[in-house]
Amino acid sequence: MSDSSATHATAELEDGSKRDFIFLATGATAAAGAAAIGWPLVAQMGKAADTLAAGSIEIDLSKVAQGQQLKMLWRGKPIFVRHRTPAEIAEAESVNVADIPDPQADEERLVADINGNLRPEFLVMVGVCTHFGCVPVGEAGDFDGWYCPCHGSHYDTSGRIRKGPAPTNMAIPPYSFVSENVIKVG
Amino acid sequence: MSGPSTYEPKYAAAKWMDQRLPIIRMGADFMTFPSPRNLNYWYTFGGILALCLVVQILSGVILAMHYVADVDKAFASVQRIRRDVPFGWLLQSMHAVGASMFFLAVYMHMFRGLYYGSYKAPREVIWILGCAIYLVMMATAFLGYTLPWGQMSFWGATVITGFFSAVPIVGESLQQWLLGGYAVDNATLQRFFALHYLLPFVIAALVGLHVWALHHVGQNNPIGISEKTESDTLSFHPFYTVKDAFAIAVFLVIFAVFLFYLPDALGHADNYIEADAMKTPPHIVPEWYFLPFYAILRAVPDKLAGILLMLGAIIVLFILPWLDTHKVRSMRFRPVARWFFLIFIVFCFILGWCGAGVPDDVAIKLGSKMVDGVKVDSGITFYRLGQVATIYYFAYFLIILPVLGLVEKPIKRPDSITKAVLGDGKRGAALAPAE
Repeated sequence: MSDSSATHATAELEDGSKRDFIFLATGATAAAGAAAIGWPLVAQMGKAADTLAAGSIEIDLSKVAQGQQLKMLWRGKPIFVRHRTPAEIAEAESVNVADIPDPQADEERLVADINGNLRPEFLVMVGVCTHFGCVPVGEAGDFDGWYCPCHGSHYDTSGRIRKGPAPTNMAIPPYSFVSENVIKVG
Repeated sequence: MSGPSTYEPKYAAAKWMDQRLPIIRMGADFMTFPSPRNLNYWYTFGGILALCLVVQILSGVILAMHYVADVDKAFASVQRIRRDVPFGWLLQSMHAVGASMFFLAVYMHMFRGLYYGSYKAPREVIWILGCAIYLVMMATAFLGYTLPWGQMSFWGATVITGFFSAVPIVGESLQQWLLGGYAVDNATLQRFFALHYLLPFVIAALVGLHVWALHHVGQNNPIGISEKTESDTLSFHPFYTVKDAFAIAVFLVIFAVFLFYLPDALGHADNYIEADAMKTPPHIVPEWYFLPFYAILRAVPDKLAGILLMLGAIIVLFILPWLDTHKVRSMRFRPVARWFFLIFIVFCFILGWCGAGVPDDVAIKLGSKMVDGVKVDSGITFYRLGQVATIYYFAYFLIILPVLGLVEKPIKRPDSITKAVLGDGKRGAALAPAE
C-alpha cells in the first residue's frame, strides 16, 4: 500500500515539460557562463591599449631628396617614403592597368596635399611584401621598383605587384598632409 | 598483445601498495611486455625519441631560468647564457642541437612506419597520435626558434604567422590577434615563450596515449605478421631494453659530435644578428627539418594555394591508413610498392634541397645561355624541381598507394614470426626465453 502510493507520488511529480525546462535553463546558463569566461581568455590575445595608442607618426617629406627612400617604423612595420624620379613616375603611369594582377592606377595610390594637388613624386607605402610580410629591397626586380628576397615578388615603381607569389600591391597606409610638406601616417 | 598481468608482489610493502595503487604492477607489466622477437634497429627510434623529449624538457626548463622574453633583452640573454652562465654554452647547444636530433629521429621513426605498414589496422590510432605528436613538435620547434630573437627568428616568425593572413576575409584580424599587435613584437615574443614552455607537456601527454595504444594492440614488426604464439615474442626487458640502449648509445655519439664539434652547423648564421624589423635577410630559410614543407609551400605561385598544399602534405599523413588499402603490411612482401617507397624517400630529400635553394636558381644544369651578353647556366630551376617533387609526394599517397592496394600481388610470406627468424628447423623452442 505504502509502496504503491510512493510510486503514484513519484509519477505525479514527473512532469516532463517542467524537467525539460529546468534542464534547458541550466544548460543555457552554463553555456552563457562558459562564453562569459571564455571571451576574456580569447580577447586578451588581441592588441593591447598601449599598442593601439602608439599608432601614428609624422614625416617631413622635404627631407627626402629625389631618388632617395626614407624608411620609418610605424606600428612595427617599415613605411617607405620614396621621392620618385620623373623616369620612375613616367614608368608607373605608362602601365596598362588592366594587365596587372591587382589593377590600380598610379594616381589611386597617392593622396592629395593641403592644396588639393596630387604629388606623384612622393610615394608613401607600407614597406611590407603582401605575400608573407618580408621587407622588399628598393630599386630592384624586373620592374625597377622593389623586389622581395623571400619568395621573389617583383613590384613596379608604384609598388604594384607585377610578378611572383604576392597577391596584392604594397599597401598605402592611411595618411594625410598636415602642412605643405609634412604628412601624418595613422 | 597485452596479456594478463604476470606480476606477483614479493614483499609485504609491495603487496600493500599493489592493493591500493597498482603502479609497481604497471611498471613490471611494461618491462615484461611481450614484443615480437624479430624487431630490428629501425624499431629503436621510439626509445630514442622518448630520450629526446626528456633532454629537451630538462635543458629547456633550465634555459627558461636564465632567458628573458623581452624584445630588448632576449637576444642578449641568450648570448649571456652562452658566455656567462656556468655550463650555459653546453645547455643552450644541447637544446638547439637536441631539436635537430629530435627531428632526425622522428623522421627515421616515420619512414620506418611507412615501410613496414605500421599505420594499418589495428594501429590506425597509434599512427594518428604519432602524426599529432609530429604536428605539435613542429609548432614547438617554430615557437622555440623565435625566442633567441635573431634575424631568422624574427623573419621566420613573420613569414609563418603570415600564413594566417591568407585566410579569406578574417585573415588579417586573425594574424594580428595571434601576434597581439600589428607586427611581430614584444607581445608576440612573450606569448611564444609561454606556449613553447607549454607544448612539450602536451607532447608528453600524447606520447602517453601513443604508447598506451601500442601496448593495447601490440607492436608491428618487420614482416608485418601478427604474433600468434608465445614463441613469436620476447620480453621487452632485457631483450629490447638492451637493444634500445645500444641504439641510444650510437645516437648519443652522433648527438655529441654535433654538440661539441659542430654546434652551429644545423643553424643559420643570420640568427647571430639581432632582430631588425626594417631589414629582411637576403635569403630566408627555415631550419633543415622544415625545408621539404617550405619547398611545397613555394611550389605554386599563389599564396593561399601554397599554404593549403603545405597543410595538405601533413593531412595526407593523418588519413594514410585509409589510402593504403593493401592487406599486406610490410613492404618486404610488396615488390612494387617498395620501389615507389624508395623513390618517395629520394623525393623527400629533393624537396629538402629545393627548400634550401633560391627558387629561380638552376638546380640541375643542362647547358648555358646568353642573357644580356652574360653567359649563365640554364636547366631545371629549384622551382620546377620542387614542383615535380611536390607532385610525386602527393601522388605517392593519393594515387600510387590506393592503386597498388587494388592491383599489387604480394610475394610469399612466412607463416609466423618464429619461422621467419628460425626457418623451418625445430630450434625455436630451445631458443625461447629461459624464464
